[in-house]
Amino acid sequence: MASVEFVNVKKSFGAQPIIRGVDVQIDDGEFVILVGPSGCGKSTLLRMLAGLENITAGEIRIGDKVVNRVPPKERDIAMVFQNYALYPHMTVAANMAFSLTLKGASKATIDERVRPAAEILGLTHLLERYPRQLSGGQRQRVAMGRAIVRDPQVFLFDEPLSNLDAKLRVAMRAEIKELHQRLKTTTVYVTHDQIEAMTMADKIVVMQDGRVEQIGAPLDLYDRPVNLFVAGFIGSPSMNMIKGRLDPNDAGRFLATDGTVLPVHREIEAAKGQDLVYGLRPEAMRLDPAGIPATVLVTEPTGSETQIIARLAGTEVTCVFRERVAAKPGETLNIGIDTTSTHIFNAATGLRL
Amino acid sequence: MSAYPTPKPPSRIADMFQSRNAMGLMFMLPAAVFLICFLTYPLGLGVWLGFTDAKIGRDGVFIGLENYRYLWDDPVFWTSVFNTVVYTFVASVLKFALGLWLAMILNEQLPFKSFFRAIVLLPWVVPTVLSALAFWWIFDAQFSIISWSLMQIGWIDGPINFLGDPTNARISVIAANVWRGIPFVAISLLAGLQTISPSLQEAASLDGATSWQRFRLVTLPMLSPIIAVVMTFSVLFTFTDFQLIYVLTKGGPVNATHLMATLSFQRGIPGGQLGEGAAIAVAMIPFLLAAILFSFFGLQRRKWQQGGQD
Repeated sequence: MASVEFVNVKKSFGAQPIIRGVDVQIDDGEFVILVGPSGCGKSTLLRMLAGLENITAGEIRIGDKVVNRVPPKERDIAMVFQNYALYPHMTVAANMAFSLTLKGASKATIDERVRPAAEILGLTHLLERYPRQLSGGQRQRVAMGRAIVRDPQVFLFDEPLSNLDAKLRVAMRAEIKELHQRLKTTTVYVTHDQIEAMTMADKIVVMQDGRVEQIGAPLDLYDRPVNLFVAGFIGSPSMNMIKGRLDPNDAGRFLATDGTVLPVHREIEAAKGQDLVYGLRPEAMRLDPAGIPATVLVTEPTGSETQIIARLAGTEVTCVFRERVAAKPGETLNIGIDTTSTHIFNAATGLRL
Repeated sequence: MSAYPTPKPPSRIADMFQSRNAMGLMFMLPAAVFLICFLTYPLGLGVWLGFTDAKIGRDGVFIGLENYRYLWDDPVFWTSVFNTVVYTFVASVLKFALGLWLAMILNEQLPFKSFFRAIVLLPWVVPTVLSALAFWWIFDAQFSIISWSLMQIGWIDGPINFLGDPTNARISVIAANVWRGIPFVAISLLAGLQTISPSLQEAASLDGATSWQRFRLVTLPMLSPIIAVVMTFSVLFTFTDFQLIYVLTKGGPVNATHLMATLSFQRGIPGGQLGEGAAIAVAMIPFLLAAILFSFFGLQRRKWQQGGQD
């Protein structure tokens, strides 16, 4: 096991910059998730750590060692690919043992390492099968088994769950997290799914356009997003954004562009007169007869909660209510706002105030 | 009384159009006629001629195995068998090795990749007779560009007798055949290589495989089904080769490059002994059958290819 460090890492394909200077510190045993929209450079960053892509500038360290010029096979890392990359002409057992076979390990050693890994993942009865004969979830497990057998310094996962159906994805999510808690191997995991990031990570790195937007624990990112991008990306349904300004006479009141007054949890004198964005989590709203009127557009009952899309302060917003609300389209609901879950952003810079 | 008119009993023709089997047979008919006229009939005729003493302009009579008995004692026939086997074996091995090597190079990220892939196909696209004529000049006893170049460098004093010396002639025709056959092997294997996901190579390199181990343990086994197909076809083409030899050497010198196909033609058409020529052609069948059987077993889906989808 080892720590991993990215120091001002850059990468460009020709003149096109892909990674524009990334600094991330990953502690020994940590589960870190790189998350961002497709094309943000998160997979490239992972592949650079694996040694499958060159580094244009900066430094990548595994442990105390700079690995910029170390070939993949000497980095002592194991990777789970999005398409699993199982060797189709080898049995599950041979797939898992491949790295040991290459090292010329004895049959007994191989067995000693493969058996427990297969047991952890419930693959024991599948060891003699070929990858084609397995289901998606089983292949996923074999890919993880191959990584476990290596007992590497760092595990890398490149969108490992995106080829699975929704139900299996949830199950594998828990399984991977459990596995990490058991093995405590430093793990770097790439996904575009913020739910995966929120549920599994010790630390999330939100990326956009080759840059790191914010690094932090899942709930820190949720409660204190540094800018509009992170605020919109983390959380599902995503944060509602209402444009407006602070009341020039009272910094405790936010005036939406249509004149609706929204409550603010602290006064920000400095932001007076600037164009602002009022960020409102869907969960921060409740039914309140004294609240702000909103016109219902769509009601989506999910059983455990009710999602209502409504027009509030001239903007379409999503509200999530714990209780069942049988509102019809066109009806008016009065909505109260929990000001501790509201955020004010500068509209021009996108930064949180 | 019923409000509907009783339906007319369907006519025979309409009935036939309803039947899947009848329709299937009808659709197969053109192909069947084509195959029978141009494949089955000539093949059957050839086999029959092999049992007769037919000559050009004269129908033969059935003479049983007489032609084969004659060939059994004919050293020229056995030379041609030996030549054909050596020619096929050496040329196929070279085509496979060079073709695979070329395919691996073309599978890398090269500048002007599609240009090079097109160039590689050229020897295959040019009609055999044209390329054979070009090789005829290259191997010419006086004007050979190879001899000329080597003489310019000063490695040899006089021109090489490419097609006049038995060993040289064998090497020369094999070289020409290899040159012509490489594109087929290279492009087919390239297609096979491209079906191998790059992440398999990446996974193997992370697992600690050297590039030779990646080739031997990942690329080659995954390529084996397509290698079986390609090499079977390559062997069939090479075994039945005629044009190249006929243009370059006509089987000479002293029958050193006579293949079964060229000998069969020479005995049958210019020599007029249709029956004997046909018998030589028929004698190729066991060899070809062996190659096809090899492909039949080689092509059987490997265990790892069976079951489930990707």
